[in-house]
Amino acid sequence: MIDYWPLLGIALVVVGFAMRFNPLLVVAVAAIVTGLLGGMPFLKVLSVLGHGFNENRYVSIIWIVLPVIGLLERYGLQQRARTLIANMRGATAGRLLIVYLGFRQVLAALGLTSVMGHPQTVRPLLAPMALAAAEKQHGALDEDTTERVKAMSAATDNIGLFFGEDIFLAIASILLIQGSLAGFGIELTPFQLSVWAIPTAICAFLIHGTRLLLVDRKLGRRA
Amino acid sequence: MINLHWLYILAGAVFLSFAIGSARDASNPKRLGNALFWSLVALSFWFGDFLGDIGNGVLVLALVGVAGTHMLGRGTAESTTVEQRERFSERYGNRLFLPALIIPFTAFVGTMAFNYTPLKGTDLIDPKAVTLVLLGLGVILALVTCHVWLGPPAAAPVEEGSRLMNGVGWAAVLPQMLAALGAIFAAAGVGTTIGAIAGAILPEGSIFLAVLLYALGMVVFTMIMGNAFAAFPVMAAAIGVPLLIHAGGGNPAVIGAVGMLSGFCGTLMTPMAANFNIVPAALLELKSQYAVIRAQVPTALALLVANILILYVAGFHL
Repeated sequence: MIDYWPLLGIALVVVGFAMRFNPLLVVAVAAIVTGLLGGMPFLKVLSVLGHGFNENRYVSIIWIVLPVIGLLERYGLQQRARTLIANMRGATAGRLLIVYLGFRQVLAALGLTSVMGHPQTVRPLLAPMALAAAEKQHGALDEDTTERVKAMSAATDNIGLFFGEDIFLAIASILLIQGSLAGFGIELTPFQLSVWAIPTAICAFLIHGTRLLLVDRKLGRRA
Repeated sequence: MINLHWLYILAGAVFLSFAIGSARDASNPKRLGNALFWSLVALSFWFGDFLGDIGNGVLVLALVGVAGTHMLGRGTAESTTVEQRERFSERYGNRLFLPALIIPFTAFVGTMAFNYTPLKGTDLIDPKAVTLVLLGLGVILALVTCHVWLGPPAAAPVEEGSRLMNGVGWAAVLPQMLAALGAIFAAAGVGTTIGAIAGAILPEGSIFLAVLLYALGMVVFTMIMGNAFAAFPVMAAAIGVPLLIHAGGGNPAVIGAVGMLSGFCGTLMTPMAANFNIVPAALLELKSQYAVIRAQVPTALALLVANILILYVAGFHL
């Protein structure tokens, strides 16, 4: 007999996100409900939640870059990024993002996952550059197009990271696969696993790169 | 040895500066709520290890209370106008990129220098935290460089950092909250339940259908949990090991690696992976918080098809 009750917490998350309640509130309520339905007393739920939050503080370290980024924006960094691209011949939003995608995948494959990222490189450099290139192709951008180019910049960073990092031997996900399978008596080396991340990495570059070229065609057509 | 705890001290100080900068921003009608919120995060970084699990749980509830009762706002004051920024940009030219590049450069060259020289044998930096530690060092170097070169007012980094941080708002701690939710899900047995459901609807005798269910299970479970790490052990135990590797004779390296990568396609499509999908929308000031996800879905679906083919062909026919 499968116990379906803990799944109610998942339903709460889905409904809460869909109804646009504050996500922090949704997650906290879902956590408490799931814990209680899973048979934990309230104080136990509270301590698992607190422990989980404290153990994962490293996730929020990245915000320490904001004072530097903000300071440089005060002195015109975003404007500079735009000027640089505007003066570069042949630069298009799609080509720029393809180059970034390649860099992101290669660096992630070398284990350098925190070198680029949304606060470090996407907000101050990549997004303004992509917008400047798009303006060159298309003329002034309407709000929807601006939104789409910015979103594509963030998407390109994620895709480059996800489908590059597993080629690196010592990344957490590879070690997790190795550990999980070892639990079933299947012994693999990290190298055997990371080699098999390469075909998907190539597919990711080709698929997303094609979409980025289509972005260029769309921008060019509406000019 | 320099480890994550050194970074926590630095991060606590930075968040305290966000709290002070927020409190001083007279253009934000809710400035005290913001100051309280970032003070709680600073408290967590500095004293989280001394609060005990229940104490941390109370801290989490306090953060949720501040965010959930709409006590957070953002200021409207801009330190410099667009025209001033254009003029600064003319004056400093492309050299403005240099301080911005100090951070990734320090992290990159530093990690390389640490890993491929005898430094690795020393106890200087915790090997598990090398890149993050060097990122922190890069932030400090960049701040010093900016101060010497640009000569901003002393409070400028605090003001500018708070401005950006309040633009992101509560979304900044959502990834950490979701990680804590993952811990609750695991303790309450959500993974076991999902594994049991996947096991109950298994097709018999068809390797292709088993591959399909394995990959789709990774995607769906990853979308629910917000990361593929929680999904992998469950799907491996339910389908990957018994059906694909043992009964089907599939290549375990392919089943493991590409199974995880199928989960990553799910990560691209869920708001639960907040640090990749929701936080950037706030950081880039997008109108829709789902705009990044919408931009990723076509790539994720096409790549999922590619992964299923790789699993089937390379896993069973090579």
